[in-house]
Amino acid sequence: MLAFLARRIAYGLAILAGINLVTFLLFFQVNSPDDMARLQLGGKRVTAQAIQQWKAERGYDRPLYFNEHASGTAKITDTVFFDSSLRMFAFDFGRADSGRDIASEVARRAGPSLALALPVFIAGLGLSITLALGLAFFRGTYLDFWGVTLLVAMMSISALFFIVAGQFVLARVLQLVPISGFDTGLDTWRFLMLPVVVSVIARLGPEARFYRTLFLEEIGKDYVRTARSKGLTEPAVLFRHVLRNALIPILTTSVAFIPLLFMGSLITESFFSIPGLGNYLIEAIGAQDFAIVRAMVFIGSVLYILGLILTDISYSWADPRIRLQ
Amino acid sequence: MKPVFLLTDLFLFGLIVAGAFYIRFAMRSPQLRANWRLALQRPAAAVSAVFLGFFLLIALADSMHYRPAGAAETRSALDAVLAPIAVAQERTYSAPLAWLGFRKETFERDGKVVRDYPRLKFGGAHLKDPEAQWLGDVTRRKLAGLAGGLGAWLLVALAIVALVSKSAGERFSATLGRVARGQTQYPVRAMLITLAVLSVAIGVAAALSTGYHVFGTDKVGASVLVAALKSVRTALVIGALTTLVVLPLAVAFGVAAGYFRGWVDEVIQYVYTLLASIPDVLLIAAAVLLLQVKIDTNPDLFQTALERSDARLFFLCLILGITSFTGLCRLVRGETMKLRELEYIQAAHAFGVRSARVIIRHILPNVAPIVLISTVMQFSGFVLAEAVLSYVGVGVDPKSFSFGVMINTARLELSATPVIWWSLAAAFVFMFLIVLPANLFADAVRDAFDPRARLKSVADRKSPAPA
Repeated sequence: MLAFLARRIAYGLAILAGINLVTFLLFFQVNSPDDMARLQLGGKRVTAQAIQQWKAERGYDRPLYFNEHASGTAKITDTVFFDSSLRMFAFDFGRADSGRDIASEVARRAGPSLALALPVFIAGLGLSITLALGLAFFRGTYLDFWGVTLLVAMMSISALFFIVAGQFVLARVLQLVPISGFDTGLDTWRFLMLPVVVSVIARLGPEARFYRTLFLEEIGKDYVRTARSKGLTEPAVLFRHVLRNALIPILTTSVAFIPLLFMGSLITESFFSIPGLGNYLIEAIGAQDFAIVRAMVFIGSVLYILGLILTDISYSWADPRIRLQ
Repeated sequence: MKPVFLLTDLFLFGLIVAGAFYIRFAMRSPQLRANWRLALQRPAAAVSAVFLGFFLLIALADSMHYRPAGAAETRSALDAVLAPIAVAQERTYSAPLAWLGFRKETFERDGKVVRDYPRLKFGGAHLKDPEAQWLGDVTRRKLAGLAGGLGAWLLVALAIVALVSKSAGERFSATLGRVARGQTQYPVRAMLITLAVLSVAIGVAAALSTGYHVFGTDKVGASVLVAALKSVRTALVIGALTTLVVLPLAVAFGVAAGYFRGWVDEVIQYVYTLLASIPDVLLIAAAVLLLQVKIDTNPDLFQTALERSDARLFFLCLILGITSFTGLCRLVRGETMKLRELEYIQAAHAFGVRSARVIIRHILPNVAPIVLISTVMQFSGFVLAEAVLSYVGVGVDPKSFSFGVMINTARLELSATPVIWWSLAAAFVFMFLIVLPANLFADAVRDAFDPRARLKSVADRKSPAPA
């Protein structure tokens, strides 16, 4: 187990190193710091001096990979690559191009992101599974048919529509909750209510439909027939046997998404002006702040790899036949 | 008049030609023909195919670009058709079928300065006494459109029934009866009903468009109907071109990894895990931002704004494809690994058949079904993704036409009083009308090509290797 973990983590680090290199090449080689400076300072009438100053303020005027003029280890450490790429492994993201410290900003925004993403994750999973199980129970009936039709229709609707419609109906016409905004403390739930409900509905279509097929597949297996032939009632078969077995793949694949919850949701956060990481990224894209985008790429990848490792662990935990070696 | 071929036009036409070749190929293969027949025998799939075909026609008309003699800007065939509506601009927002402005303005009437709703420049401008005439005029136009639509439909429907009766070798009246009772091999009746609905919708919209803006106008007074129709091309291009990027990448890398194993497999797995590890939106955002910088710093790279936005659209498809080929690649790799252990492939090896030949003869035809299925299933996802990406600001050029751009520019309009709903409604309804048929069609294809067993075995394999 420990050896397996060590190997997975080593592989994860190798992937991270690759991502780091790719993003660095994208942002500094394909696109030179001069281009960035020109874009930030705006337009064509930027003097070479202004560009030089912009680069110097951010340390982009140094050599990319190897500093000949420095001495000792500074030959390596006093470079753009070391400063803006390698330091990320120590979660030192430096400053945004606008000047603010990225790490503290990320730490501050992870809370609101999580406050939105976690309830959506739990409620969405619970509701999808319940709905799917219900449809599987009534399989082959009109209820099942129209339920699936509704789910297909729902997955054909843009998530943006659910947000726009939800804001319009619940917040504007019925005035049940505020349209957007965020607050800490006890008032938080009033602001989170609408985004959570909307996000859960938006992901219900594809998820519930997918889980329904998983349940139906499980129902076709031999042990289910055995359970029925023992004389168990249909609910007993469904809830005691099918649900338990079908939950294994559902939960293990869901585990992969848990770390990514920290990243928040781009669209929902931006529509409801929740000051989370998704919003941070949208602002960074709008302001073309590459330092933030690079940092977010790194954080997102770390969380994704963490999710993969968690999935492997949960597999072996849920199914003793799988051994991690 | 000089024809102009944009980058995405060429690929779209290329895709049509490739599709034609595929149809020819599928018609000759008994297995493929049986599968497709099974898929299209479903009424939902046949109806969806009619809808998708209609949107494809719009997209193709919008892809035939030309530059009129002496004109500076490039237009498409669709632009030429829509020109009467497109030039009939209002000053600002106006509701669907309105003849009065949306907001009160201060203007001079009969020598007095008043504050009232102004008459529109185009909508209902032909009416002398709009308050009394409007309802009658609109109803008359609707009826005329209905009659025209039904008339055109009747001609097409009779032609289709005649074709069916000819291919079946029976009397026309007998075929007509079978179609009406829904006893044909393919759901001809359902398709004809769909055509009738489409035809009537076009007729009514066209009849109303000569005097009004059917879906109203947006902030700058441009017709929302025109924007929605022109967005269809962007949506289909994103769906189709991205698929075109995904296919070769996923198949080539997946087959190579699964077939050659060893270090090839290691490298390919590393690459796709790496790409999958970067959250899609971030990678797309990074790439599109970089492209924007390139375009901004090299303004002479493209001659016209249209070419510029087209290049960005093309690039978006490219990067969207690169971020989304990993799933299919993993599937193809697993399937290939399973296939290469089968006896007949081992036998081929034993006879000294070369790898390239084994792959072409034995591996590719057997991975084709999962590739086809996941291709059609991904299509609608790309269309939906475009709207989200454009909203975030990393999608298509904000000055071009797309559903995402429409939603993005109109998203604050619902909070206006009174509510301006028509831009958003048009964008969402059109998207729904493209994505729902795409989903239904994909479902039918999946069921017909019955990959359940295959897909599932690959899914099982995705769990960490037990040994």
